[in-house]
Amino acid sequence: MRKFIGSLIVLAVVAAVILWFLSAPSPLPQSAFDGLADPDAERGRQVFLAGGCTSCHAAPDAEGDDKLILSGGLAIESDFGVFHAPNISSDPDAGIGGWSFPEFANAMKAGVGARGEHLYPSFPYTSYTRMTVADLNDLFAYLQTLPASSEASLGHDLPFPFNIRRGLGLWKLLYLKDGPVVDLAGADEQVARGQYLVEGPGHCGECHTPRDLIGGLKRAAWLSGGPNPDGPGIIPNITPDGGVSSWSAADIAYYLESGFTPDFDSVGGSMVAVQKNFAELPATDREAVAAYLKAIPGHPNGY
Amino acid sequence: MKPGIALILAASMTAATVAYAAEPQEERQMTMKQIGGAMGSLAKMAKGEAEYDAAAARQAFTTISESAEKFGQQFPEGSETGFDTEAHPDIWTNRDDFDARVAKLKADAAAAADSVGEDASDLGQKLGMVGQNCGSCHETYRLKNS
Repeated sequence: MRKFIGSLIVLAVVAAVILWFLSAPSPLPQSAFDGLADPDAERGRQVFLAGGCTSCHAAPDAEGDDKLILSGGLAIESDFGVFHAPNISSDPDAGIGGWSFPEFANAMKAGVGARGEHLYPSFPYTSYTRMTVADLNDLFAYLQTLPASSEASLGHDLPFPFNIRRGLGLWKLLYLKDGPVVDLAGADEQVARGQYLVEGPGHCGECHTPRDLIGGLKRAAWLSGGPNPDGPGIIPNITPDGGVSSWSAADIAYYLESGFTPDFDSVGGSMVAVQKNFAELPATDREAVAAYLKAIPGHPNGY
Repeated sequence: MKPGIALILAASMTAATVAYAAEPQEERQMTMKQIGGAMGSLAKMAKGEAEYDAAAARQAFTTISESAEKFGQQFPEGSETGFDTEAHPDIWTNRDDFDARVAKLKADAAAAADSVGEDASDLGQKLGMVGQNCGSCHETYRLKNS
């Protein structure tokens, strides 16, 4: 019996050691930053618009140019507790003005913060991980041109066990994958650009795809819609089997430009801010998103 | 009275009753569709897909303004749910803000109707001015059920 308990303890220790190593934050290798060109802040603004950073990182009541003050504060009420979007303004203390570019890229692509800690996936690095380092370089340069705010970040309000950051390492093993979600091998340049925008910076899947019990995206139901994370109602199915099935690619591009559906119903909810951003992007980007949405497999409604 | 006529009378009265008894949820859905129809005809002209017709443009903006007027009566207490409504519950808790937005749509559309031009040159700008009311109100007060 003593022998049995002894081996049980050994097994538990071995398991704990394995879990500890598996759950370790894993930042990008230094080689990821090799040969990086000088950043272009104006191009970074395009990346910023595609990502819709202001939707979460502007103060919740900000209007107009105040939306460019990324002081954070939006509360995201989830099944796991309340997340608060942090200050990512250029302030060196309250924001990320003191961060290096590799620190920023690690947050975006590896979900690892400047102190080497795991970040919570309410910050959608599960999508941003597909972004190119060159785009991130431009984006970081643009963010540094925006106003500083000394507003302190609120931190998250999470119950046990979700307050243990180390556990996110195991979650990431399941859900942090930098490859494409949909296999569109051989797709033309336009569809590939659309795939990059939707699956990467646009992080469309974070709301338009249903989640499983531990908050991971159900990739088999990609873009088929889900419950509205902001309140009552749903986020629509935007696969070819959803409500947009009768829309042409031109209809989708026009919606992203004007906010109007083919029936001249209008954009609503959190999509309003997304659409306004896309209206400022080049027409070729809106057409690329439309081409991608026409190319992906259809799924029944995910909500 | 012949049974046939009685039947027709009864049927038409029922139809009239049904029309009058339409629920506010259904009425406002109709009103929204009227606005959508007017926006669509204006957008076609603005995009050059349809020939510009100043009288038709004026009529379309007037339809939008009059529809906004109807909204004042079409979101009464007790119509928060049902009939596939996509109205957000916040309409009934932020009533003053909601009413102000409806009033702005009515005023913007009326101003556009009053200043319709001889050609399509400023139609896009007018359409944008009126149309941004749709998204800005739906951002807060419309939810999706399907």
